[in-house]
Order: sequence, then structure tokens, then C-alpha cells
Amino acid sequence: MLNFLQTLGARTLAVLQGWGHAAIFFVGLLRVLPQSLRRFKLVVDQVYAIGNRSLVIILASGLAVGFVLALQMYYALVAYGAAESLGLVVNLSLVRELGPVVTALLFAGRAGTSLTAEIGLMKAGEQLAAMELMAIDPRARVLAPRFIGGVIAMPLLAILFSAIGILGAWVVAVGLIGIDAGNFWSIQQNKVDIWRDVGNGVVKSAVFGVVCTFVALYQGYETQATPEGVAYATTRTVVVSSLAVLAMDFILTALMFSTP
Amino acid sequence: MRESFSEIAWSVAGGVCQPKPCVCPESRSTPPLPAFPLSPSTLIEIDHVTFGYDSSRTILQDVSLRFAQGKVTSILGGSGCGKTTLLRLIGGVHAANSGRVVFDGQVVDVHNQPALYKLRRRLGMLFQFGALFTDLSVFDNVAFPLREMTDLPEPLIHDIVLMKLNAVGLRGAAQLRIAEVSGGMARRIALARAIALDPELIMYDEPFAGLDLISMGVTAKLIRTLNDITGATSLVVSHDVPQCMAISDHVVLMAPQGRIVAQGTPAELMASADPEVRQFVRGEPDGPVKFHYPARPMAEDYGLGAAA
Repeated sequence: MLNFLQTLGARTLAVLQGWGHAAIFFVGLLRVLPQSLRRFKLVVDQVYAIGNRSLVIILASGLAVGFVLALQMYYALVAYGAAESLGLVVNLSLVRELGPVVTALLFAGRAGTSLTAEIGLMKAGEQLAAMELMAIDPRARVLAPRFIGGVIAMPLLAILFSAIGILGAWVVAVGLIGIDAGNFWSIQQNKVDIWRDVGNGVVKSAVFGVVCTFVALYQGYETQATPEGVAYATTRTVVVSSLAVLAMDFILTALMFSTP
Repeated sequence: MRESFSEIAWSVAGGVCQPKPCVCPESRSTPPLPAFPLSPSTLIEIDHVTFGYDSSRTILQDVSLRFAQGKVTSILGGSGCGKTTLLRLIGGVHAANSGRVVFDGQVVDVHNQPALYKLRRRLGMLFQFGALFTDLSVFDNVAFPLREMTDLPEPLIHDIVLMKLNAVGLRGAAQLRIAEVSGGMARRIALARAIALDPELIMYDEPFAGLDLISMGVTAKLIRTLNDITGATSLVVSHDVPQCMAISDHVVLMAPQGRIVAQGTPAELMASADPEVRQFVRGEPDGPVKFHYPARPMAEDYGLGAAA
């Protein structure tokens, strides 16, 4: 019993210590952000590296999700004679939930792992130590531009995901199923609120951008400077980011859409 | 020719290449590093320093050393004796468990970041494996500290970088990517980057490793020449006895846990009758320094003891 309590206490303390360390790291990162904003070219380079290079997987996934969503929703809605609402259901599903969440999960797998591996290998190659010894703070020079780049890129990617998904749904709904194109678009125009639905979706994806990019950078920066350490850190990036995104999504949805 | 380039680089740097003022908001309110008066000729003092990366392994045990200003000091010793760790402690990468490191009268305090960064602006370091930025070209690697730490115009940075690269024989490789250069070239590029800002203290961690004989000779001469022209202080950590003896004013021989076996001028060490010194400088396999890691008797490992 005593051993059990000791183990439980030690593990709880270790978890709290890890969270505390991450929180201090996050605050430290926020403090150096203004330095990066003064050198915006570094941020632009990262928006390109993180955002542009994730475009193919985001657009392909968005299109596929749009196709499937239209088909599945049609089978459900037609049973209740509500097939004409297909455009609205697809739109709300994408801009409120699937766009931000699936984009964040894909972002964690594509850009997050890339960031972790890059920072981890920089650490293993003593590049970060070299910067430190040049009196250059690697958090300001390396981490902060990537963080801002990720936070900017994520909402843009989520918007593109939702847009291409709606286009994919239009192809299936209008082209294959035969729903009236005017009805498909007009119900969206009438029922989708730009601030409540689209705006909250963008806010969600910005929060996911903070979470995913921070997790990726933290894991890379704190990795053990060995091949095994970098491999472990990249895996942890995907696992921790994905779980954090799902948890944050529930909290944000409850806050944003608790009333009809 | 090489010396004249170094002279030009120094005069250019001395005239214009002033570090950017520290813009950290903390720097105004943070107290400076505590003062610790040293004799005028001493730039660095290692004062009873004990250090280990974790509690189970002590790398340096109560080490005390002094490094003279304006001199080339070589630290020789076997692998794992704490030479590189000593350089890292001087640069404030790690904090000593006990004792203190004093740089030009100021105790190096790793927890006082603004003061530490101010101190680091006065030193350059050549890392054991180069530590080049792999996403930048050769030119941009050498230009990196100049762009980050100074307000020099780009044309002047261009000229300084080419001078530094010329000094290490790689002006023609300026536009190559780091992935395209050999290991020896990478070390020479790292050397050019370390001296880009003409620092007061240059720490060389294994500057001769992986170099061919020509590059080794040129690099050794460059270290000596830079030291003489710029008046910098140089610390060279190496296994290469002949090169270090040829360029050093002072040599320190270290043993595991930072134990100082001997120190003095190269001539004094070469003439030493101490068996440990003789073994190291002559590279003899037998002597006080054991080649084999401590192990059980060989018969036990092969299971012969039980049979007997």
C-alpha cells in the first residue's frame, strides 16, 4: 500500500513538474515573440515552410472529406425528406468542426513532426548551443518565428480545408445525387452565420495552431540529442498534439456552441 | 598573404564592427555579474570547480586553472577527461556544481542571462563537430554572427565574410550548401564563423580533428597568427600534441576528472621526466595511463575461472 502511494505520488509529481516546465517554457516563448515580429521575414519564411508545404495533404484530405460527408449525410437526410438541407449540414460540419479538427490533426502529423525533427536535429548537431554561445537566444531566433508561422498558417489551412470540402460536397450533391445547385448554395447563405459559425471555426483553428506548434517546438527543444531521442520526440508530438486538439475541441465547442 | 588578409579583417572589424547594444529589457534592471578581481595578465580563472552532468558522474573534480590574456593555451588530455566540458563552463553553457569560473574579473553566472549574453559577445567558439547551420549556405553561416550581432551594412558583411573564408582557404566555396562540403571543410567553415566577430577569447574544441595534413598545418598557423594580430586569447582543446606544442605559449595536460597532470611551456612539457607526461606526449601504449577501461579479469569474462 505504501509502495503504491509512493509510486502514485512520484508519478503525480513528475506529471505536474512536466506541466510546470512546459508552462514556463511557453511563457518564455511568449516573451521573445516581439523580437521575432520585428524581423517579420523570418516569420514569412516559416509560414511558407509550414503552411505552403502542407497544402497538398490538406487540400486532398478536404476534398475527400467533402465527398464522403455529402454521401453519408445524404443517406441520413433523405430518410427524413431533408435532402435539400445537405449543403447546410455539410457546411456547418466543416466550418465548425471537421475543418479545424482534421486540419489540426493533419498539421500535427505533417508540419508538427517536421518542426520537432528539425529542432531536435539542430539540438543534436549543437546548432542551438552554437547560437547560445554567440549570445543569440535560440528561442527568439529559431522557435518564435516557427511558432508565429504555425499560428498564422493553421487557420489559413483550416479555411482552405473547409472551402475545398464544400466544393467536394457540391460535386457529389449536385453532380452525382442531383440536388439543385441553387438550393445547395442558398441554404448556406441563409443559415450560416459568418461570425458565429465561420468565425468560431477560425478561432478554434487558431487555438489549435498555438497548441500544435507549441507542442512540436517544445518536444524538439527538450528532446534528448540522440537519434532515439528525436524519434521519440516526433512520436510524442503527434500523440500529445492530437490528444490536446481533441480535448481543446470539446472545451471550445462547449463554450462556443452551448446555445442553439 | 593570409596574414595580410587577417590584418585587413581586423582593421575593418576594429573600426566598424561594433556589437549591437543589448536590447534585452532585463538588461537595464539586472545587476551585472559579480566582480572578482584577477591579476592583470589573467583573463580566465577556474576556481575550485566541480562539475558533473548528473549526480552519478563527476567530470571535473575541484579543478583550478588560470589562463593568461593574449596567449595561446592548449589543453591536452585523453578522451573524456573534461576538456570540452571546461570550455562549456567558461562559455556559461553549464553551471558548475561548486566553485566558480571568472572571466575578466566577472564571475560567470548562467542564471543572469543578460549579463551572460554580454559576456558571450566577447568570445567565439569552434565546436567539436562544427555545429554549422545546415539550412544556410557556407557564406550565410559565416555571415550569421555578423548579421545577428552587428548593424554592419550588407556590402561590408560580404567583404568580411570573404576575408574570413579566404583565411581558411574556402573563399571559393562560399556559395556551397553545408550538405555539399566535406567534414574537414565544415570544420574550417566553423573556424571562419568562430572568428567572424574577432572575439577577445577564441575557444577551439578539437580544431585539428578530421583535417588533412595541409589543412592542419594551415589551421594551426592561422590560430597562432590570429592570436598575435588581434591580441585575442586562445584556448585550444586537442589531442594533437605536435600541432599544439608548435603553436602554444602554455600547455595544460589534463587527466580524468580534470586532474592537472602538468602545465608549462611546450618545451617544459616535452622535457618533463614525469612518466604520465612522457607517455602522453610520446603516445606510448604502456605507462601510468591505462588504455583499457577497468574490467574484470579476462578469465572471468571467458568463463575460464570456473573451469579451472
